[in-house]
This record gives sequence, C-alpha cells and structure tokens, in this order.
Amino acid sequence: MTVFYYFIFLFFFPSLCLATSGGSNYFAAIIFILFVFVTLLITYYASKKTNIKENYYAAGGKISGFQNGLAIAGDYMSAASFLGISGLVFFSGFDGLIYSIGFLVGWPIILFLISERLKNLGKFTFADVTSIRLEQSKIRILSAIGTLVTVILYLIAQMVGAGSLIQILFGLPYEVAVWIVGILMIIYVGFGGMIATTWVQIIKAFLLIFGASILAFLVFKEFSFSLSNLLNQATLIHDSGQEILFPGRLIDDPISAISLGIALILGTAGLPHILMRFFTVPDAKSARISALYATTFIGYFYILTFVIGFGAIVFLTKDSSYLDSTGNLLGSNNMAAIHLSHSIGGEFFLGFISAVAFATILAVVSGLTLAGASAVGRDLFVYVIKKGNVDDKKELLVSKSSSVLIGILAIFLGIFFEGQNVAFMVGLAFAVAASTNFPILFLTITWKHLTTNGAFYGGMIGLITTIALVILGPTIWIEVFNFKKAIFPYKYPAIFTVSISFISIVLISLLDKRANKLENIEKFNKLTREAYLGNK
Amino acid sequence: MKKLPSKEKLYNKFIFLNKLIAFSFSLLILFIYFAFILLIGFRPRVLGIYLYDSYITVGIVLGLSIIIFSIFLTFAYTLIANNYLDKLKDKLK
Repeated sequence: MTVFYYFIFLFFFPSLCLATSGGSNYFAAIIFILFVFVTLLITYYASKKTNIKENYYAAGGKISGFQNGLAIAGDYMSAASFLGISGLVFFSGFDGLIYSIGFLVGWPIILFLISERLKNLGKFTFADVTSIRLEQSKIRILSAIGTLVTVILYLIAQMVGAGSLIQILFGLPYEVAVWIVGILMIIYVGFGGMIATTWVQIIKAFLLIFGASILAFLVFKEFSFSLSNLLNQATLIHDSGQEILFPGRLIDDPISAISLGIALILGTAGLPHILMRFFTVPDAKSARISALYATTFIGYFYILTFVIGFGAIVFLTKDSSYLDSTGNLLGSNNMAAIHLSHSIGGEFFLGFISAVAFATILAVVSGLTLAGASAVGRDLFVYVIKKGNVDDKKELLVSKSSSVLIGILAIFLGIFFEGQNVAFMVGLAFAVAASTNFPILFLTITWKHLTTNGAFYGGMIGLITTIALVILGPTIWIEVFNFKKAIFPYKYPAIFTVSISFISIVLISLLDKRANKLENIEKFNKLTREAYLGNK
Repeated sequence: MKKLPSKEKLYNKFIFLNKLIAFSFSLLILFIYFAFILLIGFRPRVLGIYLYDSYITVGIVLGLSIIIFSIFLTFAYTLIANNYLDKLKDKLK
C-alpha cells in the first residue's frame, strides 16, 4: 500500500506535471496539477477508511444534503453538457436550450418520486431496492446488466471526449490523455471509493459553476446586462440571423422530440451513478435536500450555458483567430466555451476554464466507474455468485479490483474508439437507463402486482429492444454502417422502448401463475411502509 | 366529541397525501415540458414572436421559465415535505 503512494507522489504525479506543462498554457497546467494534488491527498486520507463497506460505497452516509447536492451536480454535469450544450447554442441558438431543459426536467421528477424512497429502502446500489421484494439473484443480474451497459456506454463517450479535448487544451497526445484520465479515476475509485469520488465531484462542481458564472458575467457585462442587446448582436452576426431565436433545424418531427424528452427525463432517473449518490446522506430528508440543491445548481448552470453560447456567437463568429480556413470554429463547435473564455478573459481565464473542463471529466468518469464496480462487486459477486455468503473483506476486494478492471477497460475502449463519432453512446446510455433501470425501480416502489419474472423478462425485453432499435435506427445503421436507409426510422427510440418495457413487465407479471399473489401484496405493503416511514 | 384518528387511519392519510403531492407535482412538470415540446413540434412560429420592443422571443422566455419553474417546484415540494409531511410522519413513528 505505502509503496503505491510512493509511486503516485514520486513517479506518477511528477510525470503528470511534466506532461501537462508541455502545453501552451501554463495557467491551465498549474491549476489542473493543483486540482490533482488536492484530490490525490483527499484520496490518500479516504483510503484509510475505505476498508469498511459503508465508507467505500456510500462515504459512511455522512455527506450532508447540501454537499451531496453539489456532488450530484458534479456527477451529472459532464463536459458534454458544459461544452456540448454551449457549442450547440453557438451553432444553432435556441435549439440548444431544448436540450438543456430536457436534461433538467428529470431532476424535479427524481425529487418527487425517487430520492427519499431510494434512501429509505436501499443501502449502496439501486439493485438493493429493486431486489427487496423479489427474487434476489434474477433482479440483481438484470440491475447489474442495466448498470454496466449504461456505465460502459457513458464511459466510452466520456473517454473519447476527454482524449480529444485534452489533446487540444494541453497539447498532449490522445492516448496519453486517455491514460491520465483512466489512471486518475482508478486511483480515486479504487482507493478512495465514494469518499474520494464525492470530494472530487464537489470540488469540480464548485469550480465549474464558479467558472461558468464568471464567463456568463463577462459576456453580460459587454451588453450592459441586457439580454435583448446580447440576442440582437447575435442575430446580426450569425449566418442564420433571426432564426437562432426560435426552434429550427435540430428538431424536425414531434415524435423524435417527445422521444428524446422521455429518454432524457426517465433516463436521468435511471442513471446508476446518480442513484447511488442518494445513499451517501444520513436520512430521507437529506436525500430530499440533495435533490433540491442538485436541481438548483444544474438549472442555474444550464441558464449560464445559454448565455455563454450566445456570447460565443457574438465574440467568435467573426474572429479569425478562433476559426480554421473554412470558417469553422477551431477544434469543433464544442470548443465554443473554451475559445470564448480566451476571447473575453485572456490567457489566465482560458487556463482556468481548460483545467475546469479536465476536472469535469474526471468527476464524471469516477462516479461512473464506482457505480460499475459496485454492480460487479456487490450485485453480481455477492448476491448472484455467492448467494449472499461472503465476508465484507472479500466483497470489498472484488469491488475495488472491479474498479481497476473497469478503468482499464475504459482506457482501451477510449483508445479503440479514437476519432469516431461516439455522441450517440450517451443517448443510448440514457435510453437504456430509461427503458430498463427506471421501469423496474419505479414499479418496485409503486406497483403491488410486480413479480420477479415480470421485472426480469420485461426489463430484459426493454434492454434488448432499446439496443436493437438504436442499431437499426439512423444513428448507427446510416452513420456508422453507412447503409442508405435505416430499418427503424427514428433517431430516438425511447417513446417505443419505454412503452414496450412497461407493457411487458406489467403483462408478464399479471400472467405469472407461479407468483404468490397474497404474499406479493403483503411484501409490497411492508415495502411501502419502509419507503415512506424509513424505519427499517 | 370528535373521534381521534387511529394510527392506521393516519398512516393511510399520510401515504395518500405523499402520493398525491408527488404524483401531481410530477404530472405538472411533465405536462409543462411536453406542452413546450409539442409547441416546438407543431407551432414553432409562435415561439418566434418577439416580446414588445426587444429581441427576446416567446420561446426564449418560455424555455428559461421552465428551468426557473422547475427549481421553484422543487423548493415548493421541499417546503411542503419538510414542514408538513415530515411532521405527519413523526406522529406515526
């Protein structure tokens, strides 16, 4: 163990300093190295406590509602939402706002329906809740598969994004960047567990909200704090003129729009790394407070990205130092917020925002890795393979090793998918979460006739149709496989897959002859009591 | 004399109120969101109307309002839960 820390501080850390300081911006390197130093120090102290299950999976349940709200925001606001959405606003104005709203509206729903019940019923993973009144092994398998599929798809998208972003920001080779992100997340999660992950996310959320606030403030200041003024200037300079102020090209048919909305809302409520965060607080009331603060921070943040995107239109569209020879933004539209920070705040601010973007990626991938590791170590190893007969020491060993394996897998997948369009993977992750994790979780809490077979086979059907329809849909069939026409016409399948999943679960449950109806209802009533009163 | 409610009655009332508030709040936000999406799908031009003497469009006002309203609803729910539902719950314990 000690040898390992010598390795980190004598070898890994200095070489990281050397690697990142080679880039063009010293401020970025210094701020980022400071972030890594502080978070590694936290990980070191956390690692002394993670030999206890409660601490490893749930930070001992000692995180306050406010802290957890920040951490959830840090877990949820990925580089894709910061850079991606401000880039989308830069590219098409109003349409970017549609995405922001979709990503936010799931949050009130989580507060109203999920957060408190989850905390009252579960311990460490959301499968603790879904398996509470049904047959352990089947439901754990399904929940673990749902978790792993979501986590790995999401991780690939993050790793590929991280590699290319860091390549541009710090001038590091793509593979080196992916390795740095991978090794850091393995250290955070493997040694510091939920304690380290939480603090990485809290610090990141604070930095990101702080940085984005300053960026938006600087934009607003240029227009004497008048939104109308900012919008006016943007329409004068953007190629699409006044069209950027109302819905346009992005959403052309209502079915796709509704389907995307369903995926974003229910998917958010089914993301395993987000659900897991609700176990880190002491009680249901703190879980409620966490969701309240998370919604507030995330909502505020999305308003900022809107302002930042419009600011980028005004300041970058005609500034040749940020454009390539074809007139496009250097490094793609996703760089809008980064270039804007340079244009409006100079070298130092660029460095700060770049370092924040790096920290953002680390916080999200750590949360994902921990959720994946818990699904393997706890749901699969303890409850499926060993049927519950394992001591804590072994369980932790498996969970911690899984985090290393998932980390290494993420590094290789990140390198494998270099340069490919992986944006659809986030969409697919949300669709799977919405069509598998959410229905079983929701019906476990709300529907008394749910049976093991209903949840298991219905959930599987939901999972398989989601993956199948995305493969047969335009995003993969046309864009990846280069076929001319997609077999399934819609880009976002959630409206169908969520319905199929719910209908199959309900039908199979009702037709399930083997289930004992009376016993089932009795268990449900007991669960309801626990869910609302919290006295386990 | 009014008869005091038994614990079981109080429990049922508590669960009913909890569900009523959680589901009606959820439906409200879902209704607003999908109404907005349908407006984008079927009547995009309505969202392009300018507000009096400015470059702010109806769409932008509605969009930002939905974000602010979501935050407002979470505060409203938390207030009700902290001050009312939790007190009811303490009586049941």
